[in-house]
Amino acid sequence: MNLTMTPEEIKTAPGRNVEQPKAAASKPENRTAPAPGAAAARPFSALSVKNLSVFFAKNQVLKSVSIEIQAQAVTAIIGPSGCGKSTFLRALNRMHELIPTARVEGDIRLFGQDIYGKDVEPVIVRRRVGMVFQKSNPFPTMSIGENVTVGLRLNGVRNRAMLMEQTEKSLRMAALWDEVKDRLNAPAVSLSGGQQQRLCIARALAVQPEVLLMDEPASALDPLATSKIEDLIRELKKDYTIVIVTHNMQQAARASDHTAFFYMGELVEFGATPQIFTAPKEKRTEDYVTGRFG
Amino acid sequence: MIVTSTNHRFRKFKSLAMNGLCVVCAFLVILPLAVILFYLIQKGASSLNLAFFTGVPKPAGSVGGGMGNAIVGTLELLVLASCVGVPVGVLGGIYLSEYGGERLNSWIRFWADVLNGVPSIVWGMVAYALVVLPMKGFSAWAGGLALGFIMVPLVLRTTEEVLVLVPRSYREAALALGLPQWKTIVRIVLPTALRGIITGILLAMGRVAGETAPLLFTAFGNSNWNRHLAEPIAALPLQIFSYAIAPYDDWNRQAWAGALVLVALTFCLSLGVRLFSRGRFQKNT
Repeated sequence: MNLTMTPEEIKTAPGRNVEQPKAAASKPENRTAPAPGAAAARPFSALSVKNLSVFFAKNQVLKSVSIEIQAQAVTAIIGPSGCGKSTFLRALNRMHELIPTARVEGDIRLFGQDIYGKDVEPVIVRRRVGMVFQKSNPFPTMSIGENVTVGLRLNGVRNRAMLMEQTEKSLRMAALWDEVKDRLNAPAVSLSGGQQQRLCIARALAVQPEVLLMDEPASALDPLATSKIEDLIRELKKDYTIVIVTHNMQQAARASDHTAFFYMGELVEFGATPQIFTAPKEKRTEDYVTGRFG
Repeated sequence: MIVTSTNHRFRKFKSLAMNGLCVVCAFLVILPLAVILFYLIQKGASSLNLAFFTGVPKPAGSVGGGMGNAIVGTLELLVLASCVGVPVGVLGGIYLSEYGGERLNSWIRFWADVLNGVPSIVWGMVAYALVVLPMKGFSAWAGGLALGFIMVPLVLRTTEEVLVLVPRSYREAALALGLPQWKTIVRIVLPTALRGIITGILLAMGRVAGETAPLLFTAFGNSNWNRHLAEPIAALPLQIFSYAIAPYDDWNRQAWAGALVLVALTFCLSLGVRLFSRGRFQKNT
């Protein structure tokens, strides 16, 4: 892969060459530190990734990826299976560290702060960069309400009024409140698959992260539940920075502002979603989005 | 045409025959249990009375008395054994499942399995050397320790096995919420696997409740109530053993009754705590 291609492509992406806001403190309120209107007028990077390489033992699965992920926007990661999409996503909140042989090189800055810095705890990174998984995974021992507040409760929040408030707020954001408000004490596993996935989104939102990573959040859902999740993603980007990995190109086209195409561990092309799907600069991107391979 | 109607019928017959064989074997498994229970009730139920549960053995040859001290003694020994076996076994199982490296783990597993196969009387000898000799006397402590040793590998392996069954996605979800690993284990993984862990503990308790050999020269047995854990203590299996080989009909009958109580004890133990430990939202597994 012609590596020099990547930075050029990135220049076309919004969020490039913009002053980094000063490192957001770990307080969730700082998520909205830049004035809300500024996001549209002056897009800035939530996550700035430079020369990121990931290895599993001796196997390099991500090859020097550089990308600027714009705040309060949806960035879709597309590419065929095994191209490093999920690995890339997991490197963004250090979830790959659960695999003992994984090793990362390069630089990732979250609102200017190096998330791989020497004294940065992965726990803190993950509190600021939340994650929703492919398969809905509500905790089976907890009720619907408990699942939403689990992140807060286990991080020491005891105030019942505040927990209740967060439950409602998070479930409303996840477009689930009206469906479950009368049965918050019911087991989480009693919900349907789509509802469970929205519950997982509510659970991730309740800890007030700055960035939300979604790893194929709708791939196990039926079309109706999928469209609900997509509506939700469009709604959430007003407040959150969203990075979504998807196998479904229509989904990327519908729900995202920017799209990155990964192939064989390399970032082939990154740009505004309409450009990637209608006027890709790279042959491989064109072949993939038109369904010629992958 | 290969599949003719005749060999199709023969297939059906084979299927039926194998099915039948499986059913018969399944019944063969529970048959001994039914026979044992029937025999125990027939032989022992007549000796079950209040004195049996509250009394202590009468002098040799005289009729009456009971095994109250042995019943309480067995319960005390089980508590002592659990104090050793449960924390070591559960924490070790957590280490194996959640922390340890692959090389070290396979060694620990291997040794746990070896320990599992060590004859129980050997554990009695270990407790004898560790407790009885230094304390210069048989004691409940020594008996509890011997039974605890037997529980450790059992609890360790079952804990590890049920923890490994907890889907990885729950751990990932918890960690992605910014929870530290220990909180993920204590508040998410353990509650999910709680039933399995408790079942494993109960199985181990049931196993050691009936152990006789390791108690012979540790707890030793006591024909009276145990007043101090540093003294010898009576236990049902020991009492059953000495009563069963005694030349008195009444003692033989009481031995049957003791065996019935011992079986009922292990049965109730697993049944009762299983009901209590049922997760709020978990269905039977």
